Amino acid sequence: MAEKLVKPEELAGGIDYKPKQKDWFDPRVEFRRGTWNYAAPPDNLKYLDLPNPRKWSPTDEDWKLPDNWKEIILEGLRDRIKRFRSLQVFMDICVRCGACADKCHFFIGSGDPKNMPVLRAELLRSVYRKDYTLAGKLMGKMVGARELTVDVLKEWFYYFYQCTECRRCSVFCPYGIDTAEITMIARELLNLVGVSIEWICTPAANCFRTGNHLGIQPHGFADSIEFAVDELEELTGIKVDAPINKKGAEILFVAPSADYFASPHYYTLLGYLALFHEIGLDYTWSAYASEGGNFGLFHSHEMMKRLNAKIYAEAKRLGVKWILGGECGHMWRVIHQYMDTLNGPADFLEEPVSPITGTRFENARSTKMVHITEFTSDLIRHGKIKLDKSRNDHWHATFHDSCNPSRAMGLLEEPRYVIKNCMNKFTEMPENTIREQTFCCGSGSGLGTDENLEMRLRGGFPRANACKYVHDTKDVNILLCICAIDKATLPPLLEYWVPGVEVGGIHELIGNALIMKGEKRETDLRGTPLPNLAPAEENTEDKAETGEEGEGDV
Amino acid sequence: MAAISALLILAVLIVVSMVGTGMADLDFLFGVVFPYAAILIFLVGFIYRIIRWAQSPVPFKITTTCGQQKSLDWIKDSPFEAPHSKLAVIGRMLMEILFFRSLFRNTKVDLKKDGPRVVYGGSKWLWLAGLAFHWSFLIILLRHYRFFADPVPFFVSGIESLDSFFQIGLPLFYITDAIILIALTYLFLRRVADPKMRFISLGSDYFALFLLLAIGVTGVLMRYTPMRVDIISIKELAMGLVSLKPVVPADIGSIFYIHLFLVSVLFAYFPFSKLMHMGGVFMSPTRNMANDNRVKRHVNPWDYPVKTHTYEEWEDEFRELMRAAGMPLEKEK
Ligand code: SF4
Ligand code: SF4
Repeated sequence: MAEKLVKPEELAGGIDYKPKQKDWFDPRVEFRRGTWNYAAPPDNLKYLDLPNPRKWSPTDEDWKLPDNWKEIILEGLRDRIKRFRSLQVFMDICVRCGACADKCHFFIGSGDPKNMPVLRAELLRSVYRKDYTLAGKLMGKMVGARELTVDVLKEWFYYFYQCTECRRCSVFCPYGIDTAEITMIARELLNLVGVSIEWICTPAANCFRTGNHLGIQPHGFADSIEFAVDELEELTGIKVDAPINKKGAEILFVAPSADYFASPHYYTLLGYLALFHEIGLDYTWSAYASEGGNFGLFHSHEMMKRLNAKIYAEAKRLGVKWILGGECGHMWRVIHQYMDTLNGPADFLEEPVSPITGTRFENARSTKMVHITEFTSDLIRHGKIKLDKSRNDHWHATFHDSCNPSRAMGLLEEPRYVIKNCMNKFTEMPENTIREQTFCCGSGSGLGTDENLEMRLRGGFPRANACKYVHDTKDVNILLCICAIDKATLPPLLEYWVPGVEVGGIHELIGNALIMKGEKRETDLRGTPLPNLAPAEENTEDKAETGEEGEGDV
Repeated sequence: MAAISALLILAVLIVVSMVGTGMADLDFLFGVVFPYAAILIFLVGFIYRIIRWAQSPVPFKITTTCGQQKSLDWIKDSPFEAPHSKLAVIGRMLMEILFFRSLFRNTKVDLKKDGPRVVYGGSKWLWLAGLAFHWSFLIILLRHYRFFADPVPFFVSGIESLDSFFQIGLPLFYITDAIILIALTYLFLRRVADPKMRFISLGSDYFALFLLLAIGVTGVLMRYTPMRVDIISIKELAMGLVSLKPVVPADIGSIFYIHLFLVSVLFAYFPFSKLMHMGGVFMSPTRNMANDNRVKRHVNPWDYPVKTHTYEEWEDEFRELMRAAGMPLEKEK
């Protein structure tokens, strides 16, 4: 943690849901350390052919905008109103009922009234009204219209980078107004004049060049995978095969790059490798499409398309039948809701069929990409893998639904089914904080930087608080999730608010529980000694239980 | 402040109609010209707005899922929360439009300083008041149809007798009259009492509430108090308006003209205001699209080619490193 932080009680104690200002029309914001992100460096903007590359900082008085910045933004807005019905409708129909007001984790954790989704949207809406509507031109403030000024632009930067595009607000809005959509488009507008952040543009540039956010070059990628294979051998005594860029494989597997680089993601990677080996899957990794995540989603629709193009292109080049995707949240927003539209049709692929169970994944008939928990829960359902739940007895888990799989896919039961079949102790967090109402980690959509830590801790407060509840009452000691950003940002969040709770991926626990032919195991994938080293009899019992839950729970 | 300016505007409107019909004798203007103009503005404006919205395409399918997707056949999906077919979408929209499904989810956040703890309480009042207002408004609107038709159609009489189910008072008391005023009053009090709501409320939000309240109050005054007006003349005026042969019966009473004028204002104001949510709710892409993204390809009509980093370019850049690492190559050099 880079910045010096106040104690949790102090941070939460300062939150007040009663706005202090009289109204919200004054756009000026104070760029306090810990609440904003560094500006995108010029090199990366140049590499991506993006406008106005220059050195600047949000704390500068002069942001070095182009002279005609105002026309560029207003023209950009007009253009997007014409291209996105969502934007057009969302600009017009909010009734300010306030149902969304206290649903945003950034509001709950900061009390800043402009973090109420309705007001976040009004920041853009006010300019739209002034420029675009008759009422706004005539009545001004009465109807909430504001002139676009440099201060408004700075305010946009501040608040549209305090939205993680999590869509929780949209669940509660009677018209489904999705502030994430508004944020996405507002960020596009800011990008038009070169106002963007480093932690989005740098991963995007890396991904464009090397194939992954971390900028790992092909040989480095191959090394990482090889290293994981060796490590898995040490842990299990089994040498698995992990092909890269293998032509003619049946399945292309795409995971977020953090899985082969960061911790605790890494244990999930070991889990995938163990699982694929055990079921004898004919698959390949790709070094060219070595990233499932897509920071273009946080930048612009165009950048999303540019980065996403690699996946289908690579599937075609390698001649695979279909694509399997790993544990990642926003990656799945892009794959589920955008990929087919952006870069499809994938008519060179086949409708996905599990080679192990024969199950046809009809829900992925067109996009031809299957989520790993859909795939694994189908394996479990058909009894194709043997799982010893007791090997995870040192864990008492809860599950954090990541924003995108829950609110943009409806992937709620699959991960739960997998979890319940590979471990014994599982407790849900309170119901207003899970499933479609889940709370964001507070660091999604490119906001997971060190310089932004205070805001992340605030935004993650509701999530951490729900986790604290099950930690305090049920001794939960691991928060499971299926998202790479979660795995990166929840550990510091929990360390701050709920020390004593670890973070892990579902396939890490699968990797632990998986009984592999010929294995010699003494530890789990983290190297911790297994809770039960003589599982011979218990195993049978566990299997019976597995079967039972498999029928009952879903 | 915003509420006060809204109230002032409303006061001006009321005074204008009182003076206009009471002193200046502009009954024809208020009884015929304004209503016609208002309806015209409403229709043209409403249609224009819908067409404008419809002209913007829907480039992506961005359904918000509020429940389990349809995936493996042994996992139970929630068709109304994550609809996978057109029919299910219709179901979801009906739930939304008839019963305000999303508002029903509403919760209220509270921060307890011990801990600290955030807690989420149920909060159904907004849902209840919203639903009560909209349904009452619809019923009252339909009841008014009696003025415009002769004989009064059966469904209008049916609604009326249901609405006056309790059979209290003479004239019979309509339940919706009470409900709508209570609901609107609640919606107003909520805006001023909750500091968050006060903060987000604009003058136009208060204006819409005040206008509706004033229409309700004038209506109630006409029906239940000594300010009663001559129903026969009103029907004559109304029938004249619909048959496009307008007549202005003498002496309907200025309370009626205030009511009528405010209704005209409401209609004329509608297309320019947030009240358009009535049309917009049908067009919200997060609600009116199926969550079948991976099943059916959605086409973006303005899609354009973008600059990508192709495999060939990529291999050209990293070939030597890849060769050294023994990775498969497309081209040897
Ligand atoms: S819930 Fe929807 S309509 Fe209500 S204030 Fe929020 S965005 Fe506006
Ligand atoms: S999308 Fe999420 S972060 Fe953004 S305003 Fe809505 S609730 Fe807040």
